[in-house]
Formats: sequence, structure tokens, C-alpha cells
Amino acid sequence: MNISKLTGKDIMGAKIKQVEYYLPERILTNEELEKAYPDWSAAKLEKKIGIKQRHIAGPDETSLDLATNAAKKILKKEDKDLIDFVLFCTQSPDYLLPTSACLIQTRLGLKTEIGALDFNLGCSGYVYGLAIAKGLINAQLCKNVLLVTGETYSKFIAEDDISNRSIFGDAGTATIITYSDEDMLGEFIFGTDGNGAENLIVKGLSARNSYTLKDQEKPILYMNGPEIFNFTIETIPPLIQKVINQNKLQVTDIDYVILHQANKYILEFLISEIGFDTGKCHIDMLNYGNTVSNTIPIALKDALEQSKINNGDKVLLAGFGVGYSWGSTIITI
Amino acid sequence: MIDNFIALLADALEKEKSTVAKNDEFRNYEEWDSLAVLSLIAMIKQNYNITIPRKDFDELKTVSELYEYIQAHR
Repeated sequence: MNISKLTGKDIMGAKIKQVEYYLPERILTNEELEKAYPDWSAAKLEKKIGIKQRHIAGPDETSLDLATNAAKKILKKEDKDLIDFVLFCTQSPDYLLPTSACLIQTRLGLKTEIGALDFNLGCSGYVYGLAIAKGLINAQLCKNVLLVTGETYSKFIAEDDISNRSIFGDAGTATIITYSDEDMLGEFIFGTDGNGAENLIVKGLSARNSYTLKDQEKPILYMNGPEIFNFTIETIPPLIQKVINQNKLQVTDIDYVILHQANKYILEFLISEIGFDTGKCHIDMLNYGNTVSNTIPIALKDALEQSKINNGDKVLLAGFGVGYSWGSTIITI
Repeated sequence: MIDNFIALLADALEKEKSTVAKNDEFRNYEEWDSLAVLSLIAMIKQNYNITIPRKDFDELKTVSELYEYIQAHR
């Protein structure tokens, strides 16, 4: 006897129903950065890294605000009473406590009979969020998950840190994952290696560091770019091959590839290593920068709007970075 | 062959091959910046299939030291 007969319920699948994103109004252009750092070349950055501008949250604007604004766009089209779980991915929460997802419930006016939680992941976060949503839906714990991402790394970057200021942008996104007769979220592959923790880290205002911080200090983001690049080029090509195998597909079955939009240089390297046709791979962070857990849903939305992906397409997603943490899946549109 | 390596390194750093010598300290090149590091890492991975841990890389000063490290670890 199979499980569905045993429980009397149909085994469900999960699919992405809607994606929206929201960018802060304030824009930091390469030209502004060049004025502040005369030795630095905006043209070279745009050519190699593929970033022309990034959106930066205002002083009173937080990850919660960005995520909520993205979610409001979705809820114009969807019945908010159907949402029965909120997952919020951020590394720049408004408070150490309470949980931002609880505030999102109130801000959006969602019903109180729902689950809501935050999870702390960076560039791998969206893929993990999809996996958790799929798990919740397939276990019949809920039917419509609102997965929100919101990140404001800009608040952790030192004023004189030109490298990180030029790379990172702030954003918020919202996705509704809903039950479906067919499983449109495929098999997942995950990876974790805490040995890389020190290579991308914000110290300060944390339990481990609170007593060493002076009042005027703020938490500062540190990134060891070359080590992160080493990690990426060692880990991601095998990850991609593994997720394709796990989904019983061939490279040629993949219609489109959305890797975490870290920067153009890294993406071009990975695409050539993996052997994908460049035309099938999303490379667009020109107007956003690296928005951490937001890059994949932003790319997904843009690719859908630009008809780069269409119904029935198989789209490979992979996120990787801070942790180290990485994850990949193949979704059907 | 170190000549081949010098050509690859010059290409990665967008320099003329004739301006690179094996005893040069590559961090002193005018072209050396955070993007140049990525280019060098990518070139070494693509051509020699190794990545160099940062603590080892920081100790390598000259073009020939880098070349010898790669030869010993590939």
C-alpha cells in the first residue's frame, strides 16, 4: 500500500507561483564611487565585474522594509489569506530579536494562524528557502509559502572599503510557493563547510563580540575575495554536475541557468568551466550589484519578464557563498 | 616551461609579455589590483587545474616562485 492511500491524502508537489522584487530608491553609481576614490576605475569595474550601479537602503530603511515592499507587490495579485507560512532569509535583521518574519506577518496583515520564521543564510539562501518550502508543502504542513529575502549588507560595509562598496547592493524579494499536482521544484543538492567562515564575516554586535565593541563602532563586513573565489571555482562546477545527475537530466536538457549573481567575472569563469552555452546563462547584475540572497529571485523575475524562460522550461538554480554554504536545484517553470 | 607561464600571466594581468620577467615581484606591477588577483587565480585553475590557498599565495613573491609552486602542486 502506498503512502497516499495510507493517509487518504494525495501526495502534493510544489511550484513557484509568483516572484517580485523591490529595490531601494537610492542609487550609488560607479561615477559617484570614482569621485570618492580617484585611483579607482569605474570603466574597468563595469567591464570586468559587470556592475554599473547598485541600490542602497536609506538610513532608516531595513531588510524588513525591502522584503515587505516586495511582498506587497505580490499580495496585490494574490489572496493574502491563503498564505499559511512565511520564511524570511536575511543576515541583516532589524533586531536580534524578535524574529523579522513575525513583523512581516503583522505588516502584511496576514492571518495569525500561520507559521513564520527567519533563517540566516546569504548567497545560498534562496535555494535553501525553496527547499524548506517544498518540504513543508510536500509534508502537507501548509499549502502556500511566502518566501521573502531581504538584505542590506551596505549597513555593514566600511566607508573606505571600495571593493565591497562597489560589489554589494541592497534589495528585497518575495516568492509564493504553492502546492501543485506535479512537483515543479526538483531534487536539491546542499553543501556546507564552516571552515570558510572567517573569509566572509561581520563581527560585532553579536554575542561573541559585543563586549569588545566600542559605542562608536559599527559591525564591519570583511571579505577575503580571493579565498571566496577559490572556494567557488573548486565547489560549484562539481555541484552543477551533481544536481543535473540527481535530477536524471543531461546538460542539454537545461533550458536556462541562474547562478547566484556574484559578479560577472566569476560567472563567466564558472560557465566556461561547466561548459554551458553562454546564451543560456543569466548574467545581469549591471543595475543591482551582488544583492546576496536576492540575486536569484531577481534574475528569475527578470528572465520571466524578458521571456528568456517560459512555461515548461527546466531552469537550474545555484547559490553559493558566506558560510561557506551552497545549494542547487532544477525547477520547472 | 616558464616562458609559457609568463605569457599566460601577462595575458591574465593584461600586460605586454615583454614587460614580465621571472624575477619580477608581480604585486609591484601597475596592473596589480583585486581584479588582477581573480584573473591570476582563474588562469592558474584553467591551465594547471589547481587553486592556491591564500596563506601559501601570500608567501609567493616573484613570477618564478609562483611558477615553481604550481609545478610542485599540480
